[in-house]
Amino acid sequence: MKDASPAKTYALHLGVIALLFALNFVLPDYHQGLFARIMALAVFAMGYNLLFGYVGLLSLGHAMFFSAGLYGAGLTVYHLGWGVPEAFVAGVACGALFALAIGLLALRTSGVAFMIVTMMFAQVFYLLILYFAAWTGGDQGLVIQQSSRIITIGGASLDLTNPTVRYMSALALFSVVLLITLAVVRSRFGRVLVAIRENEERTKMLGYDTVANKLAAVIASGAICAASGAAYALLFGYIGSSFASVQYSILPLLWVLLGGAATILGPLIGTLFMYYVTDITSGFTSAYLLIVGVALILLVLFFPKGVLGSVRQRWLGWLP
Amino acid sequence: MADKNGFFDLSKSTLSRRTALRGIAAGAGLALAPGFVRYSQAQSSAPIKIGFQSHRTGIGAAYGRWYEKTSAAAVKAINDAGGIGGRKVELVIEDDGTDPARGAEVVGKFAKQHKTDIVFGTLFSHVVIGSAPAAGENKIPYFVVSEGHHVASTKLNRYVFQPGITDVKSQIQSMAPWIAANAGKKVTQIFPDFAFGYDHRDYLPAALKAQGAEVIAQIAIPPTESSFTKYFPQIPAETEVIYHVMVGPAVLTFVKELGEFYGSQRPQLFGFIDSLEAVDINSPGLEFLDGSHFWEGSPRYAQPDDSAAQKAYRAAVGIDDNGAAVGDPKDVSTAAHMFGCWETLYVVKKAMEDAGYKGPEDRAKLVEATEALKEFAEGPEHPQGPKTFNGKIHQCFGIQNISKVEGGKLKVVHKTKIEDGLYEPEGDYTTQAL
Repeated sequence: MKDASPAKTYALHLGVIALLFALNFVLPDYHQGLFARIMALAVFAMGYNLLFGYVGLLSLGHAMFFSAGLYGAGLTVYHLGWGVPEAFVAGVACGALFALAIGLLALRTSGVAFMIVTMMFAQVFYLLILYFAAWTGGDQGLVIQQSSRIITIGGASLDLTNPTVRYMSALALFSVVLLITLAVVRSRFGRVLVAIRENEERTKMLGYDTVANKLAAVIASGAICAASGAAYALLFGYIGSSFASVQYSILPLLWVLLGGAATILGPLIGTLFMYYVTDITSGFTSAYLLIVGVALILLVLFFPKGVLGSVRQRWLGWLP
Repeated sequence: MADKNGFFDLSKSTLSRRTALRGIAAGAGLALAPGFVRYSQAQSSAPIKIGFQSHRTGIGAAYGRWYEKTSAAAVKAINDAGGIGGRKVELVIEDDGTDPARGAEVVGKFAKQHKTDIVFGTLFSHVVIGSAPAAGENKIPYFVVSEGHHVASTKLNRYVFQPGITDVKSQIQSMAPWIAANAGKKVTQIFPDFAFGYDHRDYLPAALKAQGAEVIAQIAIPPTESSFTKYFPQIPAETEVIYHVMVGPAVLTFVKELGEFYGSQRPQLFGFIDSLEAVDINSPGLEFLDGSHFWEGSPRYAQPDDSAAQKAYRAAVGIDDNGAAVGDPKDVSTAAHMFGCWETLYVVKKAMEDAGYKGPEDRAKLVEATEALKEFAEGPEHPQGPKTFNGKIHQCFGIQNISKVEGGKLKVVHKTKIEDGLYEPEGDYTTQAL
């Protein structure tokens, strides 16, 4: 990767944020709602990308971190009557704690074993949600009522069910996470993560504590995914066990591969692409997943490193 | 024609700013006029668009296909009879993938992109619960045919209704007197270890207790299980009735293994037809069910005493006397549930006409008009039977059928009364703001 001046890099990413901000005012109503959902889920993909793209750890258990945030936020609102900000913090904290615990155990493995261990923990988490259905709502899930999704600050209140407020909230989260991940991957810590991905033994020989760095990456990744889950619960008002199923561990992997692993904006592009391909093709045929599959095969053939990964390889070597 | 006043002569300075503004305003008015005319027309004769949230893919696909067929037949019947308030009805269908997240997106798509008047669908409870917030936020009435207790629990919101099919709590309560009086007093429940099973787990014991019977064991089977033999020794020996509500592809194995376990000396069996919806009752392995009883919302097989309305409904939907698609005996319908689509669309028609519904600006009036409904008489619009409607909990109550498997068919042996399924409301949606 060629280095670009920080100004150029930040200008690009701030430009994307500005573009998304502007889109709020021009997108038709339906697409405004869809973009809010896509931005919230792109955060999930960015969290996944931090671990998969930059550290090279392929997890099949990230649904656990996403749903830890989802349930951490949703259940505190539903059962304890917490406000939105506290619930959001609770969700992120749940994800970070789970990531710490799972990281300590799963990082004793690597490669295929890491995939299997993370998947098994996620499956345990999924089954626990079903087992404690009396509190979690099990497979049916729970609705977070509109009245519980209002942020009151001083005399002012922000209703997260309002389309514009929801869009801007999702954008705010997306922007913060985008800039944080950008700063992280450009930092010394980020370069150590890439070094681990490229050659862990050599990184260790250079004196870096690779386990500690990987654990920090797992926690950061888990916390970001949990932030996405918490936001999803609070913005869209539903928590359910399907978000903890293995499908939600595979989806971020797919979004990241599609957009470009180890690219900052790739997760957004991958999520956007998958959402719109599904949304448009499902209007024409019930075999839309077949079309999605063909689209994915074509992308793998012609953009083997994902959209932005291939763009970086061919034209813009400075893309972070 | 001469330009006497030099109006078109741009070199002249007679075109003042005020004149220009007037001209622009007039032009804009003319430009918009055709649109306005179209809008006025839309209020009076454009079709009423009903967004149909369908399980076209995913685990609910068999239900989705039959729900679509039934809804299309109902829309045709309504349109042939003049539509709703003189306007034709048009179904706009989107696949929810039997997934709650996609379900919510689809509701948003109906409200904001297709701009349908209402949303209608769907069966699986997690999709309904996941979609309900989107319906409430978009303030679009959402009529479901889900059977779950979630609507009546008043945990959703004021825009969600279930006026065409009874909920499972009511169904269980209605079944209990017959089970206690005819099948046995000591009941063992076998149910899938997820929400559908939990409704039965939670509501049956109290319902049976009220009838002097009891649940002596509850056996929850994980949804991932493919063999059931190890669970059968948990069935107490004194069991008089096995109450089973297994669903999914493993049902055939479940019945076969239960048959192998008991042989010819088995307790009475009582089940919900949900286990075998869209499955041929004569499939190999199901012989063990002969002589057992099932709940059915609406009978799959034509009955000797079927009303004219029931016969007309079956013909319109396209099912034969065995409950399979006309011309394709292997395509077994979801008859016990899909009548709810037919009846719900007629409830929508009634409520829209009561509300004087013109367009989306009248959605609140439509909600109130639906809440004001009290009862639906048996007839062409409600072929399954008469119903009452509780506007506070947005839920209808009706009769249930108990059918016996005899000679490879399901024969209705008992019909419950509406009163058997009534229970105390758990809340009141009408107190919520519109």
